[in-house]
Amino acid sequence: MKRTLYKKLKIKLISITLVVSIGPLVLLGAAIYYQFNKIYKAQIEDQILHLAKSESNALDVFLKERTSILAMIVETQSFEMLSKQQNLSHLFKAVNRRTEGLGLVDLGIIDQHGQQLAYAGPYSLYGLNYFEQPWFDEVMRRGTYISDVYMGFRQVPHFIIAVKGESGSSNWILRATIDSEIFNRLVRSAQVGGTGDAYIINQEGFFQTSPRFDGAVLSRSNINTQRFGEGTTVVEQKDSKGGTRFIGGSWLKGDDWMLVVSQAGREKSGWMGGARNTAILIIVIGGVAILLAIVLISHTLFRHLERSDREIGELSAQMIQQDKLAALGKMATGIAHEINNPLAVIGEKAGWMADLLADEEFQNSQNYMEFATSIEKIEEHVDRAKKITHSMLGFARRMEPRLDDVEINTVLDRTIEMLNNHARINNIEIRKRYSDQLPVIASDESQLQQVFMNLINNAVDAIGNDGIIEVTTKRKDQWLIIGISDDGPGIPRSVQKRVFDPFYTTKPNGKGTGLGLSISYRIIEKMGGNIRLESEEGQGTAFLVYLPVVLPEKK
Amino acid sequence: MNTFRILVVDDEIDFQETIVNRLKKRNLHAIGVASGEDAIQALEDELYDVVLLDIKMPGGMDGIETLREIKRIQPLVEVLLLTGHASVETSIEGMKQGAFDYLIKPVKFDDLLNKMAQAFQKKAAHDSKIRDAKIQELIRYPSRVFGQEEEDGKDF
Ligand SMILES: Nc1ncnc2c1ncn2[C@@H]1O[C@H](COP(=O)(O)OP(=O)(O)OP(=O)(O)O)[C@@H](O)[C@H]1O
Ligand SMILES: [Mg+2]
Ligand SMILES: [Mg+2]
Repeated sequence: MKRTLYKKLKIKLISITLVVSIGPLVLLGAAIYYQFNKIYKAQIEDQILHLAKSESNALDVFLKERTSILAMIVETQSFEMLSKQQNLSHLFKAVNRRTEGLGLVDLGIIDQHGQQLAYAGPYSLYGLNYFEQPWFDEVMRRGTYISDVYMGFRQVPHFIIAVKGESGSSNWILRATIDSEIFNRLVRSAQVGGTGDAYIINQEGFFQTSPRFDGAVLSRSNINTQRFGEGTTVVEQKDSKGGTRFIGGSWLKGDDWMLVVSQAGREKSGWMGGARNTAILIIVIGGVAILLAIVLISHTLFRHLERSDREIGELSAQMIQQDKLAALGKMATGIAHEINNPLAVIGEKAGWMADLLADEEFQNSQNYMEFATSIEKIEEHVDRAKKITHSMLGFARRMEPRLDDVEINTVLDRTIEMLNNHARINNIEIRKRYSDQLPVIASDESQLQQVFMNLINNAVDAIGNDGIIEVTTKRKDQWLIIGISDDGPGIPRSVQKRVFDPFYTTKPNGKGTGLGLSISYRIIEKMGGNIRLESEEGQGTAFLVYLPVVLPEKK
Repeated sequence: MNTFRILVVDDEIDFQETIVNRLKKRNLHAIGVASGEDAIQALEDELYDVVLLDIKMPGGMDGIETLREIKRIQPLVEVLLLTGHASVETSIEGMKQGAFDYLIKPVKFDDLLNKMAQAFQKKAAHDSKIRDAKIQELIRYPSRVFGQEEEDGKDF
């Protein structure tokens, strides 16, 4: 009952202190974490923006370079010259020879009706008509055209660049196929770190170059180009695994394509992540330390509390016992007084009868002896009753102890001497084990003697015949301890509390009053001491008298 | 007649009467009364050597009050307190008020007689001292003592 109360209280205390002390710490941690994340995000966004910008510039230059080579050809060569197959092949070889890494796969000349007039390259595309192709119109209208990437006959991704030429009133087209692998390589250089990716998609979100993760060229990406603003912007997007990716998009090729540079949010970069981790570590260690301290402190606190509670409990039990003894004492006094008066009358009446019996007229009576012995018996029993009532009164009287100079060992010696004969008859040996270091104390010798007498008498009675009584003295700090132990039958645990009660006796009628121990207890208590009982059934009994060391005043 | 005079004061009539009878049987002059008031009355009427006084009496004057009054009327009388309840306080109070001693009921009659004998002895010693003093005084100032002599005279 009390234990669970304590447990509840303890849990409450621990949780309140925990909340109060760890709460602010957690808040601080959260604030630091949030700040770090913000800075980190700003930093990573900045990084991506920068990367996307510079990379898209490079790509723009790449495309422009190729477009302008074609434009140069268109501007400097005549349609008539180029539309000759032989001349075109010658040009194709020359360009490929002079410009390394241009990625030029083939060249074709197309007239205004879409007819391919000349073709230089690995395929036999001569004579094809492109009029129906959607890009044909676009070139005619805008002057240049760069296609999306597609799989050609060779099953390698490539794209075309077409440039319109004008000769007189008729227009024509120079068309070139570019191997996009060379272009892939360029994009790939922006795939930084462990999670960084870079690729190009068209407006509909189809990959124009192969991404590093999740996808292949010409498949659909999970990027919605609508989310990006003009020029170069960075957005945050959740990936399939629940992490965030920072994605930078930069428009290319007149907003047809988009260069995408992305990086996972989790990737720690340099000192920033380190500092954040250190902060978190410090907070966690602090939290654990606080937790341990709180648990430890409340644990010891409650141990103390429980102990003092127990002590209070024991104390009040002791007080109840003392109150009980006091109340019984008062009652005993009352009873003794009420009985004494009639006893006195009985005694005196018997005495009066005895007086009268001495008169001559009775001397010759037949029953004279009977009367005489009866009167004697009455007087004897009045005397016995008187002894009881007088010790009851003595019990209540609690005379103020007189202060003599007392040597405990000597008092014990005198007491034992008085009882030794009686003990020896019953074959009981009284052994002494005294300390010779005991101080002379200020106490009441006759009262002490009364106590020792009763304790030793009890031991003799308990043993009955054949046994040993050991009387010991020793000093412990401010106490003299007098032990009287016997090897008698012991006192059952259940009655150990009651032996100090007045009138508790197990002795046959007329042999014991049951007042000995309660009077002894009173006397010793009055002296500031205590009597303790240690007994084991079948083993024996020890009464320990604790007397405070009160030194006599110097005279 | 030069015998000792005893006044027994106890509200327990059976006890008081029996004690008186037993004392009379031993040729002592004893008179019994049952209350403090009666005791005062008796002492105002006659001189006594010893008063046997029960300390605890219900109603009226209690033992200690009676004792104080007795000592006021006859300062020389010896009072033996008799009680069923020997508390230190009342005993000490009794001794302070000039009681000779106290006995706890029930008392052995022989003990009672012993204590009384002691009280008589003290009283007698006292009386003879006073008598000597009075004789001295009488020799020196016969006129001053004479009046009193007449009142107390019959015992001496
Ligand atoms: N040394 C002992 N061994 C066993 N029982 C004991 C011992 N001392 C006391 N007791 C038990 O405690 C009871 C009470 O003891 P206490 O001295 O108060 O009264 P008593 O000895 O019976 O009577 P009285 O003291 O008037 O002769 C005894 O009757 C006995 O049962
Ligand atoms: Mg005993
Ligand atoms: Mg009375």
